[in-house]
Amino acid sequence: MKTASQTKHPAAQVMTEIRWHGRGGQGAVTAAKMVAEVALGQQKHFQAFPEYGPERSGAPIVAFTRISDEPIQIFSGVEHPQIVAVLDPTLLSIIDVTKGALDDAVVLINSDLPPARLREKYKMQGRRLYTVAATKIAVETIGRSIPNTPMVGALVRITGLFPLESVVEFMRAEFGKKFPPKVVEGNVAALTRAYEEVQGE
Amino acid sequence: MATVAPILAVTGNEAVAEAMRQINPDVVAAYPITPATEIVQIFAQYVADGKVDTEFVTVESEHSAMSAVIGSAAGGARTMTATSSQGLALMWELLHVASGYRLPIVMANVNRALSGPINIHCDHSDSMGARDTGWIQLYGEAHQEAYDNHLMAVRIAEHPEIRTPVMTMYDGFIVSGAIGPLQELETEQVQEFIGPFQSINPLLDTEHPVTVGPFDGLHGWFFEHKAGQQLAMDRALKVVDEIDREYAELSGRRYDLLDPYRMNDAEVAIVVIGSTAGATRMVVDDLRARGVKAGMIRVRLFRPFPYVEYAKALSGCKVVGVLDRAESFGAQGGPLFLEVRAALYDCDPRPKVLPFIYGLGGRDIFPANIDEAFAALRKAASAKKVDTKRRYLNLRKDEV
Repeated sequence: MKTASQTKHPAAQVMTEIRWHGRGGQGAVTAAKMVAEVALGQQKHFQAFPEYGPERSGAPIVAFTRISDEPIQIFSGVEHPQIVAVLDPTLLSIIDVTKGALDDAVVLINSDLPPARLREKYKMQGRRLYTVAATKIAVETIGRSIPNTPMVGALVRITGLFPLESVVEFMRAEFGKKFPPKVVEGNVAALTRAYEEVQGE
Repeated sequence: MATVAPILAVTGNEAVAEAMRQINPDVVAAYPITPATEIVQIFAQYVADGKVDTEFVTVESEHSAMSAVIGSAAGGARTMTATSSQGLALMWELLHVASGYRLPIVMANVNRALSGPINIHCDHSDSMGARDTGWIQLYGEAHQEAYDNHLMAVRIAEHPEIRTPVMTMYDGFIVSGAIGPLQELETEQVQEFIGPFQSINPLLDTEHPVTVGPFDGLHGWFFEHKAGQQLAMDRALKVVDEIDREYAELSGRRYDLLDPYRMNDAEVAIVVIGSTAGATRMVVDDLRARGVKAGMIRVRLFRPFPYVEYAKALSGCKVVGVLDRAESFGAQGGPLFLEVRAALYDCDPRPKVLPFIYGLGGRDIFPANIDEAFAALRKAASAKKVDTKRRYLNLRKDEV
């Protein structure tokens, strides 16, 4: 695992950069976009994009979100994220999800295990580790094993990027256009539960 | 009077599909290809939902798409299409027909590499290869400009002094698939800006029959037609500027023929196309903060190439670096480099001009790579002799 100190180019320092890891079908790209759209609602500048590759169900997927108080001009890939969100813990044994992440980056992982156990299991060093049982929460609240909504809830809690209410508001407005109220409220419950249940070290 | 519209979060392709909806062209004929597919897919939905009055023609290839578009425009209809990469390549022979017949077609080309090896990601080799097909070429930086360019392209193509097809470009995936900000005009404003379509000698005006496409051989006017196309290109410089001013009144966004950044007293400058300009601007700011007189010009109009304006903007520089996201194999540098270097030939003193190649097949470019380019320019500024061989940015040199 890379231990060299990661520093951002001066040109990229003004913004928050998030990297999402998931597998095709888990909603990592949707989560990246959702956070960008919530940022828009908070009068912030935003950008979200997937890393384009094989778009197969189950294949490892990477997506990015940038949030800034200044207009975002850069379209280069995110090299040194402050926040890494991993929607599928099985990725931990096949890719280095902390690659390039800043030394004090927040790493949020969808897992039933507490952070200390996860660290031990995957020999993870450095950064600030958090876990949330996002799949379990999704199954119990939405009725589907798509962990992206709870991951956003947990992310909002540990990063303080936006108030939880702003995400709930966004969800009721935007999801409300596409889904029946039961699905919308299931997502709101998933979001809120993950916000409360996320564990740090 | 500029209007304040809400900011939307859309992909680059959604922005252009939206522009097409507001334009409401008479005919769209298109064939899907990554990464342009989404434009046509969204537009087909607009057609199906009755949000536009467009006749949508599905075809079996891009060759057929361009053929159908030519027929439609010659028939007297406001006509559009969209493509990328291999699709544009398959249109090739018809691109010359469209411009040779002076048909005001507007086409989005979402920049993507040409095979082989097979690659679907962004570079500019598709549209750069088409630079001599007689089409006007406008390159955008991000979402807003992709939308704005598409609206302005209608006016440019249809202008009575121009009547030349226009292709509008933006970076495939990087912009086409990313979520970014867009502020739309009202559809009524768009309609008022573009005005009704004015056909000239349309085939379908049976009261005034015309022939389009007869033989124009040795005793014909082929040469004169070609000289006429060039005259239209010359006039386009002024017309694009006028339309741009008018659009600025409406939108509050003024683009100009080229987009200079901190060029007033710049000693070293980079010329670049598309989405890489944003990172370059940030690097320029960083260098300026450290006392380096750095600047940038982003290309907007590539055909016609406003060479007088480039000479004026760059003449005060010691060294200019040109970043090409396309190759011209065997030439002294990439296509943009050749234009910029030619534009500066008559300057006295004449800045040094260095060719850089980057981003082929979607290879990412980071601020550190742009730093490298500026470092090479600064080194050249104080050197007696400068090597003008291509420099590659973010190339895995040991793999060549």
